Amino acid sequence: MTTTMEKRRAESYLGGEYGIKSWFLTQDHKRIGILYLLGLTFFFFLGGLFAVLIRLELLTPAGDLFQAETYNKLFTLHGIFMIFFFLLPAVPAVLGNFLLPLMIGAKDVAFPKLNLLSWYLVMAGGLFAFWAMVAGGVDTGWTFYTPYSSTYANTHVIAAALGIFIAGFGSILTGVNFIATIHKMRAPGLTWFRLPLFVWAQYATSLIMVLGTPVIAITILLVAIERLFGVGIFDPGKGGDPILFQHLFWFYSHPAVYIMILPAMGVISELVSCFSRKRVFGYKFIAFSSLAIAVLGFLVWGHHMFVSGQSLYAGMIFSLLSFLVAIPSAIKVFNWTATLYRGSVSLATPMLYALGFIGLFTIGGLTGIFLATLAIDIHVHDSYFVVAHFHYVMVGGVVMAFLGGLHFWWPKMFGRMYPEWAAKVSAVVIFVGFNLTFLPQFILGYLGMPRRYHAYPEEFQVLNVLSTAGASILGLGFLLSLVYMPWSLIYGRKVRGNPWGAKGLEWEVVDTPPSPHNFHETPSVEEPPYNYEGEYTAAEVAHA
Amino acid sequence: MPEATTAAPIAHHFSSAEQQNETAAIGMWAFLVQEVMFFGGLFTVYLVYRNLHPHAFLEGSGHLPVGLGTLNTVVLIGSSLTMALAVRCAQLGRGKGTAGYILATMALAGVFLAVKTIEYGSKWDDALIPGVRWDPWPGADPHLNLFYALYFIMTGMHAIHMLVGLVLMVFVALRSLRGRYSPQNHIGVEILGLYWHFVDLVWIFLFPLLYLLNAGGH
Repeated sequence: MTTTMEKRRAESYLGGEYGIKSWFLTQDHKRIGILYLLGLTFFFFLGGLFAVLIRLELLTPAGDLFQAETYNKLFTLHGIFMIFFFLLPAVPAVLGNFLLPLMIGAKDVAFPKLNLLSWYLVMAGGLFAFWAMVAGGVDTGWTFYTPYSSTYANTHVIAAALGIFIAGFGSILTGVNFIATIHKMRAPGLTWFRLPLFVWAQYATSLIMVLGTPVIAITILLVAIERLFGVGIFDPGKGGDPILFQHLFWFYSHPAVYIMILPAMGVISELVSCFSRKRVFGYKFIAFSSLAIAVLGFLVWGHHMFVSGQSLYAGMIFSLLSFLVAIPSAIKVFNWTATLYRGSVSLATPMLYALGFIGLFTIGGLTGIFLATLAIDIHVHDSYFVVAHFHYVMVGGVVMAFLGGLHFWWPKMFGRMYPEWAAKVSAVVIFVGFNLTFLPQFILGYLGMPRRYHAYPEEFQVLNVLSTAGASILGLGFLLSLVYMPWSLIYGRKVRGNPWGAKGLEWEVVDTPPSPHNFHETPSVEEPPYNYEGEYTAAEVAHA
Repeated sequence: MPEATTAAPIAHHFSSAEQQNETAAIGMWAFLVQEVMFFGGLFTVYLVYRNLHPHAFLEGSGHLPVGLGTLNTVVLIGSSLTMALAVRCAQLGRGKGTAGYILATMALAGVFLAVKTIEYGSKWDDALIPGVRWDPWPGADPHLNLFYALYFIMTGMHAIHMLVGLVLMVFVALRSLRGRYSPQNHIGVEILGLYWHFVDLVWIFLFPLLYLLNAGGH
């Protein structure tokens, strides 16, 4: 038995070759996914460290822990590392890379070398941002608004901008790679409407990566040129227009929000279906709502600029278009809920995260409608209401889905099960800590506390103390995962086959952990996705 | 044919040469879509500032050498022709022909870049480089700097894309000489051609937008 297990391990993508070179020069999408997981985990906790410092400063009304300039750098670096070096690549580059070929019956992604290159680009970009941090920081906010970032910048804007520029190429390569892979590498019989919804979500995400990222690339380049040579592109004194920067920036950066949330929604479709033992309700509606979000996402950037001097009519149009995004988003939420209805629901850790996602994303999405409403936005613009809103989507949405997916596919990745009790505790701690951190911020924002200040009036202290207390709990939850996940790689229960009794090629056909080329022979697909009728529940399978 | 024996095998993760070819083609098309968006951002900036400062753009354009711009347009269209011929040779399995036509394309690209260098040099002499050496003629439009900044950024980005193309051409020409392509398996040449035609096409837009604003004769 032991010998077959060891043999199996040697035959898996984790075994065979062990050297450093076999990892850092690998072209195997699964190993590249693991490389991304390692790099992004580092950046996540680095970004989290800045969040801790921010919340510590806000414990008291006076700006006593940091000076205003230092505080500006803290929230800037928190934003840069979390958005560009964790949230954007997290689900596509870790889970997408690992799973996409497995789910569609391919031996690898279309362009394995470009895939490896994308990892190096994202890491090189992260190192540039790291350098900007060590050299003295950046204080423009992650948005790099001109003229903070051009005429009046006195921090390391160019190094940080260059980092984002380089990482952007990684993002584009991932997008190009996934589009070609999904179009041309599907197994025989795997028609578009037999694809797992995770794949549809990756496809929609890749479209945004390819259409949006180049625009931020040229915008950042223009800021760098402006900063280096002062040619006047965004300087009104020389005929330029700083508002044009905001248009270009949000033309990418709003769709970028969907680069983060769409693949996370794909994860949730997989989890809800598996742990309800039911076909996803309204498969085609969920599939097309991903595409609808990708398309609509490009038409709403002006809602970030309601108070930037944009014309009232432009504001009205952008407001209406922003409301439209609620439709495909709501379709997904309702369909997941309908999938739960009369399903055999079992509450393993991935499902806890999925249910957490549905609730938190709903709050994040609905408050987004408040913000898309012109009059309300003028009241809460640049306040903690906005901060709470996007953290509900980004942390309550993307991070929850990422963790849920990571737990779900962890046994597939490593052939070991994470400890269920610790994982459940961690999931609940994260959920409670998250809500305690960010619910008070909705109220703070509504009462008028502006974002990005290191000091605030005394009447806001109680809510800020609650928020900081919540952040401590949230941080503990994340640290707990950081302990038991690596622990399980050595001490976790060994897993073979399909521990969840889940549907899909990656569970039903591929070895656990997968062999280097994924499939011993090309699979052919003859049934619809999520064909769960009459199956045992996930809990029954897991404890069998 | 001697080439057939040395032709590159299909990569391990594809099941047929046809699948490999189609995948590479769709990959390049997706890449070109992002290129369109990249230059699209620049064209948007151009559009906004030309609308804000139409006079500065007319005046700046009037001082660009239309003759050299026209010459470069002809040279670049010629290079697209030689590139198309290189692709045709690859389809017919003539490896040396492919390499030869790619070499011709590289020569034409070299001519283009040489002319561009002369143009940039004359801008240096006339002190028309915003932020570096900027001292335009007396009475110049106060926003002339925007036109010339965009001139350098747009043509510069285009030139960088040509340099990337040149590197790729060296690579493909060498592979071609080694007989790595066959009539069934020469997608590398095809997608190099796609890329080069795209670079050519960007110039077809840049040329009138930068050089020909006064061509109507007012």
